Amino acid sequence: MVPDFLIQLKDFISQPWPWWVAGPMIALIMFILLFFGKEFGISANLRIMCAADGAGEFSDFFKFDWQSQGWNLMVALGAMFGGYIASHYFVGGSDVAHVSAATVESLKELGFNYKQGEVPLVPEFYSWESLFTLRGLIIIVGGGFLVGFGARYAGGCTSGHAISGLSALQLPSLIAVVGFFIGGLVMTHLVFPILF
Amino acid sequence: MKISRYIFVGILLGVTLYKAEAVSWFRIYEMFHFQSFHMYGIIFSAIIAGMGIVQIIKRTHMKSTEGKEITFHPKDRSVPRYLIGGIIFGLGWALAGVCPGPMFILMGSGYTVFIVFLAAAMFGTFTYGLVRNKLPH
Repeated sequence: MVPDFLIQLKDFISQPWPWWVAGPMIALIMFILLFFGKEFGISANLRIMCAADGAGEFSDFFKFDWQSQGWNLMVALGAMFGGYIASHYFVGGSDVAHVSAATVESLKELGFNYKQGEVPLVPEFYSWESLFTLRGLIIIVGGGFLVGFGARYAGGCTSGHAISGLSALQLPSLIAVVGFFIGGLVMTHLVFPILF
Repeated sequence: MKISRYIFVGILLGVTLYKAEAVSWFRIYEMFHFQSFHMYGIIFSAIIAGMGIVQIIKRTHMKSTEGKEITFHPKDRSVPRYLIGGIIFGLGWALAGVCPGPMFILMGSGYTVFIVFLAAAMFGTFTYGLVRNKLPH
């Protein structure tokens, strides 16, 4: 028999987490990595993976001691496990994004006809089939390319700049985050009406 | 490198971002429409808690498990690099609704098509490596 308190703990974790739990938890993750003498930055893994695949032959940017960065690949691997654990054991019966009523309304303009409380966590265009549609291809391949290119050009992503950089009061990170939001707003408000 | 502890940190990150719905395309869409405080709450509370942590580390001269004092390397001063790179990243973040962390998390939660997304992101990083000398930094 599983003890009652473990079942209660599972139910407790299975609730949607409020922002005030998630934010400090992310800060704690940053602290743990600093405490281990490392830095929190997930997108660095893309560079590490390129280097591990031999990209150093094409550009000096990938000639570095990537093996010493293996710990970061382990964080990425752990994140995959975390995604598996959360989605298989802690979903609490529903796997939805609890977005606001206003968002449900504005999603209708893009052709997403969801009722409130029924917006899925991950949209349907994240499937292998949608790679054969123009929109799916643009989002998955185009989006991936922009994320990978932009993160390295800016020297970091949400974890490296928005969390680590701003926590350490780094001005370059503030410029990068302003850039993230300019890009995000342009995409959401100017490109989406054409794309969807 | 002790492997297990980094995997544990990753698991913590994965469960947190998944359960807080930060991996959701719809949450990112909502954020860029300013229709909920949720994502801003996550980011702001992480930064505020993070600022406290950084101050404590600096003032106590805290040492890492490797025995060295924890230091923060100032990033190179520049505007174009961070602004242009940031805008490109932001375009992708809003389009795909995922940044690099959620990319790994969703792959693990069963959306195997993110392998293609990862390959595209690696190709993006690779392309940056090829053309970086021609870009303003």
